[in-house]
Amino acid sequence: MTAQDEIKIGGLGSSRRRVEDARFVRGKGNYVEDVVLPGMLHMEILRSPIAHARIKSIDTTKAWQVPGVKLVLTGEMAAQRNLAWMPTLSYDTQAVLATDKVRFQGQEVACVVATSPYIARDAIDLIDVEYEPLPPIVNPMQAVAPGAPLIRDDKAGQTDNVCYRWEVGDKEGTDRAFAAADVISTMKLHYPRSHPSPIENCGSVADYNKATGKLTVYMTTQAPHIVRAAVALIAELPEHLIRIISPDIGGGFGNKVPVYPGYVCSILASILTDRPVKWIEDKSGNLMSTGFARDMYLDAEMALTHDGRILAVRMHADSDNGAFFADAQPSKFKIGLLHSAFACYNVPVAHMTAQGCYTNKAPGGVAYRCSFRVTEAMFFQERMVEAAAQDVGLDPAEFRRRNLLRDDQFPHRTAFGFLVDSGQYHKCLDIGLNAIGYDQFLKDRAEAASRGRLLGIGISTMTEPLGAGNSREYDILGIKMFDAAELRVHPTGKAVLKIGAQTQGQGHETTFAQIVTHELGIPAADIVVEHGDTDHTPFGMGTYASRSTPVAGAATAMVARKIKAKARKLAAHLLEVSEEDVEWELGRFYVRGAPSRGATIQECAMAAYANMPDGMEPGLENNAYYDPPNLTWPFACYIATVEVDPATGVWDVLRFVAVDDCGVRINPMVVEGQIMGGLTEAYAMSNMQFQTYDEDGNIVGGNYMDYLLPTAWETPGFELHEVTTPCPHHPIGAKGVGECAAVGGPAAFVNAVMNAIADSGVRNIDMPVLPDRVWDALRTGRDVSCPPPVKTD
Amino acid sequence: MDVEDRRITVTVNGEAHTVEVEPRLLLAHLLRTGLTLTGTHVGCDTTNCGACTVLVDGVPVKSCTMLAVQADGTEVTTVEGLTGHSELHPVQEGFSVEHGLQCGFCTPGMMLTTVALLKENPRPTEDEIRWALSGNLCRCTGYQNIVKAVMWAAEKLDPAGVRA
Repeated sequence: MTAQDEIKIGGLGSSRRRVEDARFVRGKGNYVEDVVLPGMLHMEILRSPIAHARIKSIDTTKAWQVPGVKLVLTGEMAAQRNLAWMPTLSYDTQAVLATDKVRFQGQEVACVVATSPYIARDAIDLIDVEYEPLPPIVNPMQAVAPGAPLIRDDKAGQTDNVCYRWEVGDKEGTDRAFAAADVISTMKLHYPRSHPSPIENCGSVADYNKATGKLTVYMTTQAPHIVRAAVALIAELPEHLIRIISPDIGGGFGNKVPVYPGYVCSILASILTDRPVKWIEDKSGNLMSTGFARDMYLDAEMALTHDGRILAVRMHADSDNGAFFADAQPSKFKIGLLHSAFACYNVPVAHMTAQGCYTNKAPGGVAYRCSFRVTEAMFFQERMVEAAAQDVGLDPAEFRRRNLLRDDQFPHRTAFGFLVDSGQYHKCLDIGLNAIGYDQFLKDRAEAASRGRLLGIGISTMTEPLGAGNSREYDILGIKMFDAAELRVHPTGKAVLKIGAQTQGQGHETTFAQIVTHELGIPAADIVVEHGDTDHTPFGMGTYASRSTPVAGAATAMVARKIKAKARKLAAHLLEVSEEDVEWELGRFYVRGAPSRGATIQECAMAAYANMPDGMEPGLENNAYYDPPNLTWPFACYIATVEVDPATGVWDVLRFVAVDDCGVRINPMVVEGQIMGGLTEAYAMSNMQFQTYDEDGNIVGGNYMDYLLPTAWETPGFELHEVTTPCPHHPIGAKGVGECAAVGGPAAFVNAVMNAIADSGVRNIDMPVLPDRVWDALRTGRDVSCPPPVKTD
Repeated sequence: MDVEDRRITVTVNGEAHTVEVEPRLLLAHLLRTGLTLTGTHVGCDTTNCGACTVLVDGVPVKSCTMLAVQADGTEVTTVEGLTGHSELHPVQEGFSVEHGLQCGFCTPGMMLTTVALLKENPRPTEDEIRWALSGNLCRCTGYQNIVKAVMWAAEKLDPAGVRA
């Protein structure tokens, strides 16, 4: 079977239509909000209107009196079950329902459970909470200022608002390199707080069966198996009696990794009422209280030679972690993978320090369409590179040429300790520059400038670590980060693949079948992929950080290979030759030297049930657990051209070229869909989408009227290009891809705007690069950096 | 609430339903809960995201911001009404062929807005499509393939048509 034949049956490289679409375009998806169980009650949450306050009293009397109300749940009641607090994924604790203080606006204070969501909302309004306001802290600078109020007075031994300090790299070596540098380039940046904001909010339907002791929870989670383990630990329920079902998920982007108080409350409410309890968050609840991303300040410098070679990098990051240290990240590194910065460049030595602070803002720090803190890493890196090129007087493309790793340097150990294993960085850069017409654009830019028009071009090149584990450095609550797949081939040669990963739009039901097709030659249409139900799928760590294809996809290839090994024995038996004389072509074994004598994979499958050799265990099914030896390292080169209107500060994207090397592409259509989605989020981040708080700790972007997301109208078009460097350790050479664009994209847009206004002397405008900030920078000739909290009325 | 229920008649996907509803009941909730048509999704409650878009007498309406009682006497089309007995509507087909959806949550609203657009403007330009869909948010696709999907459907619905 040729590669073209393989594509025809939906194997590797086939842009086959998605099997998920059949239900989605008919409105027949099954999202958590669609789940209805007999006798189901509805839960609503009362949230704190204040950022920081002591709770003096909670009076629920009137709420209990509303007809239809079955339960009013407070922190005090949760505490009786030891559930007022729960562990976070970063080994901190988080309040489920506030008992002592509220620590951010939107924090969960009480719940009402009633026969309809409308009644529950009515009763929520009748709960009377008396607050004693405390001074709020809304950024890390305030958090460490002398006399700052202690946010986490619940924690024994906590005397300040610092939640972690961390460092990595070679401090002394870096100091020496800086002492010998020709040029030192400095940069201060803020990556603003953002919210992943899937259109579907979070929710759950908890169903505790008192008779059997079984707890079933339908939940908007990207990681159902982890949730099962977490619920067992948090609620002290036996894990074999917990079933987590993650049905269709309306987008996740990292927001649906953590365990949220609402989930826990719905479980507790079901236990207390002996009825199924549904909780569906509204958009404000989602934006105010669930996992945000970013919110990090950088103070960094780069040591350089006169001719623009990087000698060393020094970085300090301050992260704003909100009221609870709930970063959803499984690495052993407190700042996630921020130290993957500069992984694609020759950097001999580097040192990084980081400090995280508690503030009176929502907890989170989720990996929003990225590996953990990698978006910040690559944005900081590419803004620093742009500034450094300027400081040594080099064209930014030429600066990158002088510093990007060459093809003959792999594998390469980075100054921060990562092992980057593959790539063709210079080729990607050249394709990108050629596609955008770099030299011509520079001429056009100069010509436009002579007529008062501001054109700019911005490059971003980066590799990012995707696909955690390995199990040595990555775990969640102590559980190592690997993944599993189980494959059953039925007698007629049709197959069921069960995976521990969980799709939220990535199309696993389509693409994972293609991996099996590639390995076994069973047409993809004959393979069904099951996921998202912990009772019926093997263990997996979930889908985030682009880890599904690198880890669960590898497990899928490996289990298919186990199936093939057994099928080979069956083929030898059918063909009456020894196993050594059996050759394989996709979908079929044949006798060496006599290719017409063969047995298809389907014939082998039937033989496994109907005609197995003596002594062979019947059946054709197996499972595989896969612990990746390394992360995967896709590379991308993104180039944007923009025009800035000097009169208004508004900037428009003229063109955007993306060159992605994500290794072998399983379904090119799906890969390109992921890239375009990521680029749109990158565009959003660079020019409109951010969450901010006023000085009282009121969230400013707490609903879709105030939290700007790009529509079809603003979003530019994207021109996609491709380079393929197979991953050296992945069974089919694939790398992660879903997040590269969102990670590497923002710097391309910002670099382009800064390039357009370079003559003004302005070095940096922090994201989002809003028109008023551009206008302000052009007017004053000064940077617009780390805007202080704004006063609102 | 102490307000009396109201009796309304709404024709949904060609079938007349007479129901007693609270005056405050949202049309989206009548469709989803009362009539179990769960293809209409609720995303934001503030008329921004468009996931709840349905056609009311042929006009796209965000059903989270319309009361069920306001729909009394109207004809409502939801995503479930687009499909014939077996055939997909060309708009549904186009979204799948051009990979105009990923998680599927915004898709019903996107498709209903598209149906209304193509009825009014059978051969829209890319700009016209982007403008028409600007009340429907998608977080997965980046819109580029949605635009292609609409163009695919336009071609399918009106093969002989020429761009205005």
